[in-house]
Amino acid sequence: MKKTIITVVGQDTVGIIGKVCTYLADNQVNILNISQTIVDGYFNMMMITDTDHSLQSFEDLAKGLEKVGEGIGVVIKMQHEDIFKSMHRI
Amino acid sequence: MINLFEVRETNKMIEEYNLDVRTITMGISLLDCCGTDVDEVCGRIYEKITTYAENLVSTGEEIEQEFGIPIVNKRLSVTPIGLVGAACCKMKDDFIKIAKTLDRAAKTVGVNFLGGYSALVSKGMTAGERLLIESIPSAMACTERVCSSVNVGSTKTGIDMNAVKLLGEIILETAESTKENDSLGCAKLVVFCNAPDDNPFMAGAFHGVTEADAIINVGVSGPGVVKHALEKVRGEDFGVLCETIKKTAFKVTRVGQLVAREASKRLGIPFGIVDLSLAPTPAVGDSVAEILEEIGLERVGAPGTTAALALLNDQVKKGGVMASSYVGGLSGAFIPVSEDRGMIEAVKMGALTLEKLEAMTCVCSVGLDMVAIPGDTRASTISGIIADEMAIGMINQKTTAVRLIPVIGKTVGDTVEFGGLLGYAPVMPVNRYSCEAMIDRGGRIPAPIHSFKN
Repeated sequence: MKKTIITVVGQDTVGIIGKVCTYLADNQVNILNISQTIVDGYFNMMMITDTDHSLQSFEDLAKGLEKVGEGIGVVIKMQHEDIFKSMHRI
Repeated sequence: MINLFEVRETNKMIEEYNLDVRTITMGISLLDCCGTDVDEVCGRIYEKITTYAENLVSTGEEIEQEFGIPIVNKRLSVTPIGLVGAACCKMKDDFIKIAKTLDRAAKTVGVNFLGGYSALVSKGMTAGERLLIESIPSAMACTERVCSSVNVGSTKTGIDMNAVKLLGEIILETAESTKENDSLGCAKLVVFCNAPDDNPFMAGAFHGVTEADAIINVGVSGPGVVKHALEKVRGEDFGVLCETIKKTAFKVTRVGQLVAREASKRLGIPFGIVDLSLAPTPAVGDSVAEILEEIGLERVGAPGTTAALALLNDQVKKGGVMASSYVGGLSGAFIPVSEDRGMIEAVKMGALTLEKLEAMTCVCSVGLDMVAIPGDTRASTISGIIADEMAIGMINQKTTAVRLIPVIGKTVGDTVEFGGLLGYAPVMPVNRYSCEAMIDRGGRIPAPIHSFKN
């Protein structure tokens, strides 16, 4: 399983998690872990997900999420876990 | 498991501090394209490059998207053309034909630069290599993406002063042949001592003869990341300072290692090396000079600059070697003037002179880079500057390079605009006393005593 990290950053508002989760569920992306915090008044969320069963390509999922983000006024990024693992784990 | 703070740290490096992979450079050997007919050779070169590198740019873009890390350039390096064209190039125009072929191939595959219009003449020039060097001014004028380099010395062989003399003239001719564009041709021409075979950075990249048929080399950058990390340890002692640079270099290099591995896997071409160079750009917050100033200099060029650069270069290497199994290329800190906002400012204010830059090249990873000088500088003076720089490399067993731009029609006080990553630069004054009699001697400078290690 290749894990994908989704980050959501922006102004806190009602329903961010709900909208992101709905999009992921609609596209068969399984959420493995969620952590969330508020830094300097900004909403920060990270999800570890499994995209293996999604019918969409990585590119389409990333674009779809970006669009969802635009709708809520937050920035959503999707990246393979490896970039973080290689930087922070020996 | 990866946590939110680690993810935030990585993404902040990318979004706010300009962390990027500066280049994925595919090295391609052209030795099997050699022949006696120049048109046939050109055909084989075009065919090989466009086949091997067909998917280089799209693969780079894919990796960029999936990992969320910008990969600024996708480039090519080839076997020094001085060798490839030796049998078939009987006159300058034959070499120009090859240069045009390389340019065409680069455009077809979509890379922005291709390095390797080069000659390795550290002990002497063959007739072919001399022809290639003489063809550089026209080649740089009639191509857009081809980069040229000439290795004129090494610790093992000494310095070929005939080539140094010739290159002083060639640099001026190249400036003249591209004078409509502020002598931009010279920005694509580097003179080396101890040139590495696997350097992914332009303009000095070429695919050395010691390399495999094709190879993927990756250059990472990130001066902004180092600068930001150092902001947090202001006032701390050198132990803390060095530790911070080392840790940051480690993290940056790991990203390069990941990208190199992925690119190699997807393209089916072996991974060569990661070059962990702090390569500045003219963008705000992407400057090596600003790191030196963060270490505690009022302006780069002030007393203490050489020491600060020495420790920076060393710590970058130390952090990097732990992060990648194969570190190579130039690796360290680059100090190009026109490509670094802090350097440009320091020159404008009179804090940084050519002589101080020369001292800095003793401890940086390359040399006198992207320095604009008056267009009426004598060829022998340019040769003298090259000779000084080559001597530093030869004696200190390190790579040194010279990329000078004598800007035709401009003089001290003027500014030159190269555009893009090449930036802009104030024209710097050059010592006006002559070294012509020395350059005219000809011959070569013997290898230093510490080269005899056999």
